[in-house]
Amino acid sequence: MMKNLQITAILAILLTAAQAQAAEHVVSQKGRAFSVKQLSVKQGDSVKFVNEDPFAHNVFSLSETKSFDLGSHGTGTSKSVVMDKAGTVEVECAVHPDMKMVVEVKK
Amino acid sequence: MSTISNFLASTAAAALLAAALPAGAQPVPVPTAADREWRLLEVPMPKENISTPARVELGKTLFFDPRISNAGAMSCASCHEPSLGWADGRKTSIVGSDVMGRASPTIVNLGYNTLYTWDGRKKSLEEHAVGPHRHLSAPDFKAAAERISKISGYQAMFASAYPGEPIEVETIAKAMAAFQRSVVSNDSAFDRWLAGDTKALTPEQYRGYKVFSDSGKGNCAACHKGSNFTDNGFHNIGLKTADQGRFAFVKVASMKGAFKTPTLREIEMTAPYFHDGSATTLREVVDYYDKGGVDRSNVSPDIKPLNLSEQEKNDLVAFLRSLTSKSTQVIRPVLPQ
Repeated sequence: MMKNLQITAILAILLTAAQAQAAEHVVSQKGRAFSVKQLSVKQGDSVKFVNEDPFAHNVFSLSETKSFDLGSHGTGTSKSVVMDKAGTVEVECAVHPDMKMVVEVKK
Repeated sequence: MSTISNFLASTAAAALLAAALPAGAQPVPVPTAADREWRLLEVPMPKENISTPARVELGKTLFFDPRISNAGAMSCASCHEPSLGWADGRKTSIVGSDVMGRASPTIVNLGYNTLYTWDGRKKSLEEHAVGPHRHLSAPDFKAAAERISKISGYQAMFASAYPGEPIEVETIAKAMAAFQRSVVSNDSAFDRWLAGDTKALTPEQYRGYKVFSDSGKGNCAACHKGSNFTDNGFHNIGLKTADQGRFAFVKVASMKGAFKTPTLREIEMTAPYFHDGSATTLREVVDYYDKGGVDRSNVSPDIKPLNLSEQEKNDLVAFLRSLTSKSTQVIRPVLPQ
């Protein structure tokens, strides 16, 4: 019983430490554009995309570093992705091909 | 005294105007700053192919010349007929004995686009001019360029339009792009209203514009936004179709069955509508969107039932008709020998 409590406590400390290190970066989608063209994050950080337009957006990347498709999301909603590998991630909106940005993920 | 007489004059004018309108109809107001954002600017041009009269004339001649096609039987104008709003009036195009899978889109205001064809696979008007489909494929185009280069009348036109440049696929493509950038619709009733003529739009058309741009009503401007009435984007609008559309080039789930937002300028002239030509009239289009599409398995979140009233639907169609420019006759070129 005591041993289990110790393991739980250690796990909780590790988790808290990991959470403390991983940051969340917020990028808004407004006026058919990402709010930033370039974003530098640390490996393990997450990027949250918030749709501030009165219509739907999509977020995807087919980059080697990180390939993902967060699907379409309507006005006022958000989608997040964890950048778990170092490198360059080109992020686009499939609905609006003119919307592009680059996330540099550093170790 | 002057103020009073002005007041009386304006009151009398307002009374006359109100009397001329149908019962309950409000006069059309002057456009606001937000309205004026719909005004069309000059057509953008790539610096390596700035249009000149000689380039436009050469491109127009090539556009109407059937010798550009593999069998010498069709030109660009076969599917982009000026008297049919630069489309072809068919549900989907017919090339030779083949029925194509998609409707011929108008070339009106193509110069404002950022991607071309229904699925956006072409990234410039110059690229778009070459090999738009298998009947005018890139190898065929190369053979056509060789034929064109041997026609003395064309040699003189190319020398004038692109001095020092060889007559080859790229130069032909540049001339065709220059011509297509000259096909512009910017003098519709809506444009005249934006320029300050409050009599250019009928009250019905103005009400339709409000339905069009209200996200809580027609919500049309969610996609048909911007002075060319397109977001240059790709949307699945809920049509029942086996055509993968944009997904063939962008492997993202929401792109399955998604097609490029077409301009609405000259829309009255370019029936039938949608990529598959499945809507015959503008009223059918409005009714379709009012229902929120048919196949909602991968539909855009922006397509949802609208519950428009009969008057709102009629107003919307009236507004769409206000996007037609004054008709001008297109003179077909004499083809050089």
